[in-house]
Amino acid sequence: MAEALLKVAGLHAFYGESHILHGMDFEIRQGEVATLLGRNGAGKTTTLRAIMGIVGQRQGSVSFEGTETIGLTSNKIAKMGIAYCPEERGIFASLNVEENLLLPPVVKPGGMPVEEIFELFPNLKTRLYSQGTKLSGGEQQMLAIGRILRTGANLLLLDEPTEGLAPVIVQQIGAVIRKLKEKGLTILLVEQNFHFAATVADRHYIVEHGRVIDMIPNAEAEANLGKLHTYLGV
Amino acid sequence: MFELLGIPPQVLFGQLLLGLINGAFYATLSLGLALIFGLLNIINFTHGAQYMMGAFVAYLLLNLLGIGYWPSLFLAPILVGLVGIVLEKTMLSRLYKLDHLYGLLLTFGLALLIEGAFRQMYGVSGLPYPIPDVLKGGQNLGFMFLPNYRAWVVVASLLICFATWFLIERTKLGSYLRAATENPALVQAFGINVPRMITLTYGFGVALAGFAGVLAAPIYSVNPLMGSNLIVVVFAVVVIGGMGSILGAILTGFGLGLVEGLTKVFYPEASNTVIFIIMAIVLVLKPAGLFGRAR
Repeated sequence: MAEALLKVAGLHAFYGESHILHGMDFEIRQGEVATLLGRNGAGKTTTLRAIMGIVGQRQGSVSFEGTETIGLTSNKIAKMGIAYCPEERGIFASLNVEENLLLPPVVKPGGMPVEEIFELFPNLKTRLYSQGTKLSGGEQQMLAIGRILRTGANLLLLDEPTEGLAPVIVQQIGAVIRKLKEKGLTILLVEQNFHFAATVADRHYIVEHGRVIDMIPNAEAEANLGKLHTYLGV
Repeated sequence: MFELLGIPPQVLFGQLLLGLINGAFYATLSLGLALIFGLLNIINFTHGAQYMMGAFVAYLLLNLLGIGYWPSLFLAPILVGLVGIVLEKTMLSRLYKLDHLYGLLLTFGLALLIEGAFRQMYGVSGLPYPIPDVLKGGQNLGFMFLPNYRAWVVVASLLICFATWFLIERTKLGSYLRAATENPALVQAFGINVPRMITLTYGFGVALAGFAGVLAAPIYSVNPLMGSNLIVVVFAVVVIGGMGSILGAILTGFGLGLVEGLTKVFYPEASNTVIFIIMAIVLVLKPAGLFGRAR
């Protein structure tokens, strides 16, 4: 079995007084797509933010490529090769599409050339000089994913990339995620939509009350549908 | 036409020039304030004192070390900016998570301390600073007399305002700055050292104030209170332009200087209050300011 690229152990996270993560344990192997599934408020988004180092306070262990990151600031963590695409997409209104796309600095060699990003998301090329937030929701999502592909980061944290998007765009984003996996990128995906998650992921971690309570390989998802329905309450 | 209005052109253009000079200082100072407020969320009340420090550094460089106007135009902003960086590192950086009010109180207190210290040492009668030799004299334009140094002040501040605007709106560094103004946590999560950027931005904003101070030294005498007299109007300019708007600060600065000059011609009694009247009207009609985005 391949060495874990990201290993999260006993991770606690706090926002001010509220204790959100209560000892998350999971790992992602090189080249794998894993999801965090769970109900609203289970701590999925906070897990991504805690990995990235943008929560108020975090304890425990997050090691990336064998290096402990728990004491590092988020800019140092990003430089190691982790890139984050937030749920609210984080497109900057005072920047145009091109500036948004070129904003994240390159952290490692081997990032995707801009031309290739335009092949994945042709819409972006036609809107290069529009204000970032003038794009449609789907285009903003493409921009939010596209801009972190340039940086050479090898672990992508994607927070609900399909939320609120039309089915045809959800399919397009699914195809992009599969293509990125073929290229050898490792992806940690937060999803509410299990049916989408099942089309792209290798494994699913079930999150409840700030802990991982179960892991289901995608190959066994069919057999575990009953259990999944209980966990996700759908 | 001028005869019809009963105003000689020399008077009109003379006041417009004075307005433009004042506008140059309003613009340069409010630009720094807008930059600092945008990224740091701090209403930098020390700005007037830092402008005054720019003038004093130029004065001291000349009288203690014999360093003249032109080197001072670079040295004084750098020195005042460095003092700003120390201030940010040691004090302001602790306040970012708190309400605006704390930053305002701290910088207001610092302004009082700095101005008090300078007043203790140099009194309030004002110290002379000579106009550099190449800019002595003036041009007779026919309809008015244009002193060379005053023309230079307008040109220099236009240049520095344009350069700052270009840096922020048209360069990669500027795109980091604009993005960090919107969402600092995300920009840092992309691998950019945002705290360092904040420190340097404060230093740059303060250096702009220092630069304006050096420009002002030969026009107004070097005086510990020169900043506090100006800063109230500059805050009104920032509010009218829209807090945090770069272009707004520049255009409103020059525009209001001209409006003030015109008021001196047509209704001198209102010249000291006209900017505040405009501020009240703008706040009622467009609370985010003429160029501001509601946040």
